[in-house]
Amino acid sequence: MIVARDVVKRFGDFTALDGVSIEVPAGALTALLGPSGSGKSTLLRVIAGLERPDSGTVEIDGRDATRLAPQKRGVGFVFQHYAAFKHMTVRDNVAFGLTVQKRPKAEVRARVEELLALVQLRAFGDRYPAQLSGGQRQRMALARALAVEPSVLLLDEPFGALDARVRKSLRQWLRHLHDEVHVTTVFVTHDQEEAMEVADEIVVMNDGRIEQVGAPRELYEEPRTEFVMTFVGAVTKVGDAYVRPHDLEFTSEPNGSTEEVQVRRIVHLGFEVRIELERVDGEELVAQLSRAEADELDLSPGDILWVRPTKERIFR
Amino acid sequence: MKYALRFVALGYLAAVLVGPVGLVFYRAFEHGFDTFWSAVTTPEALHALWLTVLIAAIAVPLNTIFGILCALVIVRHRFRGVGILNAVVDLPLALSPIVVGLSLLLLYGREGWFGEVLAERGIQVIFSLPGMILATIFVSLPFVVREVVPVLREIGTDQEQAAATLGAGSLQTFRRITFPAIRWAVAYGVVLTSARALGEYGAVTVVSGRIVGETQTMTIHVEERFQSFDLVGAYAASVVLAMLAIGVLLLMTLFKPKEETR
Repeated sequence: MIVARDVVKRFGDFTALDGVSIEVPAGALTALLGPSGSGKSTLLRVIAGLERPDSGTVEIDGRDATRLAPQKRGVGFVFQHYAAFKHMTVRDNVAFGLTVQKRPKAEVRARVEELLALVQLRAFGDRYPAQLSGGQRQRMALARALAVEPSVLLLDEPFGALDARVRKSLRQWLRHLHDEVHVTTVFVTHDQEEAMEVADEIVVMNDGRIEQVGAPRELYEEPRTEFVMTFVGAVTKVGDAYVRPHDLEFTSEPNGSTEEVQVRRIVHLGFEVRIELERVDGEELVAQLSRAEADELDLSPGDILWVRPTKERIFR
Repeated sequence: MKYALRFVALGYLAAVLVGPVGLVFYRAFEHGFDTFWSAVTTPEALHALWLTVLIAAIAVPLNTIFGILCALVIVRHRFRGVGILNAVVDLPLALSPIVVGLSLLLLYGREGWFGEVLAERGIQVIFSLPGMILATIFVSLPFVVREVVPVLREIGTDQEQAAATLGAGSLQTFRRITFPAIRWAVAYGVVLTSARALGEYGAVTVVSGRIVGETQTMTIHVEERFQSFDLVGAYAASVVLAMLAIGVLLLMTLFKPKEETR
């Protein structure tokens, strides 16, 4: 379990963390989600001991770690750009933490083989990082971090430097790996889809503060702030109210609570259909329908119809 | 066009580098190997060779160690004055060696700031080995720093931080992560430092007093032979100097591990 209390970190005039407090439950996979500059990476680095907070405390497994050097925290850290030891083979990279601890050679060898199998790099042990693909390098970095059996695994935008396809498959793989290894894991991402897909719990950050903490579904359905509503999941505006694009209902006749809109454009995205609409006052909104629903309405650009949010939120 | 370019590049090198140096080699061996051999094995020549190697053997390791330390401070530390340190390191490149020699005279000479204190303790810096070593260190200082700084900048701190989270202390991190990453820059810096240390003339000549058989390095020996109209001796000693420099270069290529040449 990781507990951070009232953590403040400034870089010159810039306040990266403005009194952040979180609790990360043991064994869970938690995502720190936010746009760049929101302080999520800084928080992760404070937990790892790579940055020292100006004030506030960090506890790891009940032990005050605020002043502890990174070497003594028992954390595994995975960097966005892999931080592979370029002059060492994959095997030596993975073995690094164990050889630092001067474990017996036979034990190191056995553990390294076990980890290489876990990250599916068994055949690549004698290669150098430069001979691996980005995804392979990141799996190597993960094995290296896991080798020392950290009590906490921290990943800083682990898939950020990979292309979309590899990123998707590595996400699922990370989730499966976590279900196998069960180490308390925190990962930083700016991609809400990634956070939703992988994490048990998401911490949404903005401007050095925490906006909301919750399970993916909770954040999507019960956002507590305007920022969470707009950052997690698609959103459209009807007047002052925020509405998920699939929470719009269409009628062909006006009734008291509907608004008149004109269809601007219809975009077919496979299963779903996105309809771009314009209100009488010129404001634009977007609706999302399943293909069956869209077929039933049989819309074409220029059509006039009436729309009503079935679920809306107003933030003040 | 392709050939013209090649011709110009090679022609330029031949005219200004290979030609003159080749001529020195030719002149040294003009009267046969025996003449060359007896010229380079006179007691004065041997002493000069020994002194040159000795000075380099002290100055190069010192400048290598402190050069790496300086580079680490310049790249990894943030405090007021890093910019000044960075500029000061280049001073020996900008200053004429004669000025360096004179400054050492002013500091350690009989009339100098430390001259009296040192003389009382029986330490003679000027016109003896310590001064020559100081002068050589001064002029050959920037090379390791200048080679290592950009490489340190480029590798960044990710690998070092990763090592730290894996439990490695700072010495261990330096030995196993940072040094292997910068070793080629260091090696190249050492080659340049050695070349400069072996070939230094100006600063050393000012502080040496040019005492034959005592404070004469190879370069000073060459000059002295030349002034004494012993051209064969001058050319022969020059060839030895050149061989030393080539030897240093060869050693570096020999030590190059296989993974790097892949």
